[in-house]
Amino acid sequence: MGTEHRLSTRQMAQFVADGFIRFDAIVPAELNARAIEEMAQLEAERFAPTGLKPPHTGTPLDDCYPPPAAIGEYLRLPQIRGIIESFVGENATFDHDWTHHIQPHATYVQPLHVDAITDSPDFTFDIQLFWYPHDVAPGEGGTRFVPGSHLRRVRSSGLDRYQHIVGEQQLSGPAGTVVVFHHGLWHAGQPNPGDGHRWMHKVRLNPTVPQVRLWDTSDLPDLQNPPSDHVFARILPDSVAQVFRTMHPWTSITDHRNEQVQRALLWRYLTGDDTYDVDHYLTRLERRAALVAAADTA
Amino acid sequence: MAERQQILQLWADGSSLDSRTVAWAFHDGTDGAGPPLPGGTPPYASGVHALRDGWMLLQTSQLVPPQPGEEHRNSYLEYEFVLERRVDDSRIEE
Repeated sequence: MGTEHRLSTRQMAQFVADGFIRFDAIVPAELNARAIEEMAQLEAERFAPTGLKPPHTGTPLDDCYPPPAAIGEYLRLPQIRGIIESFVGENATFDHDWTHHIQPHATYVQPLHVDAITDSPDFTFDIQLFWYPHDVAPGEGGTRFVPGSHLRRVRSSGLDRYQHIVGEQQLSGPAGTVVVFHHGLWHAGQPNPGDGHRWMHKVRLNPTVPQVRLWDTSDLPDLQNPPSDHVFARILPDSVAQVFRTMHPWTSITDHRNEQVQRALLWRYLTGDDTYDVDHYLTRLERRAALVAAADTA
Repeated sequence: MAERQQILQLWADGSSLDSRTVAWAFHDGTDGAGPPLPGGTPPYASGVHALRDGWMLLQTSQLVPPQPGEEHRNSYLEYEFVLERRVDDSRIEE
């Protein structure tokens, strides 16, 4: 497939730093309207003896929700498929999905959590697409999430105690907005004091290929900083490193530097470049470790 | 009249009580009858600001050395301070 709808290097770098990326009103209005009906049907019939069912886990994306399903049409939109393939490549598989429906005047505050289980320590990742098929007004049931939380090692229930985090966001936006989460991003459902139903479809997708240079890399040579890029020495302005220096307001300086290291390690995986670095943290340690190895063999 | 406890958990960007608040949680044993937190994001700029507003410090988190091999991996918010204040609740007879 061509790269016409694939994400740019800048967008990929922003995703690595933030753990999410949003696309406002990317799904056409007519499809949004049909989707609400289908989401309601899926909610009602998912566990019923008959009716609309989700795909089996492991189903190739191309086989999910065949026509005339609205959800399938959404997943096959070129602009959505380009986003998906930038992160998890062609031939991604269905993990699971869910209709997230918050009733009018709902008061339940879901605790902050990360989905599934504490994940593998390597840098492979799944994505979760959150599709909001109608306008979501501020404070009316949009998903709460914590930018930059996606690369931490936690157990989901340990996040319950964080009622408020500086810099957290609650989604609001126009109909057809899709937000893509790294699978590790902290998030929570919120109350809906409004008069309308809040519908959202969430789908988790697994990669089946190494997630290396899957996006439109035509701008990568311009943005990829050399490993020597160091904020207290010489920097390439407007580079991937500059994006990775994004400091989320809820992090300590120590946490922020550790996050830079994790972002650099994830970028090594995504680019296939084992020398990549930001502010010399990895290179410094690797060079010193090489001295020890050299001394051992001397 | 009986006392009831309100608990304030603050998480900061450093291990000192005057470090900047980055997260918080409030648990109210008076079920809304007692004083609320001040408005603002966060309600107190630091734990010291909470002390000045009458909160009593119960506990600070320990400093835990990084585990070998995990030195650069972040986890939960490290610097936690637990504070309380006691409220006379006239609704409750002893």
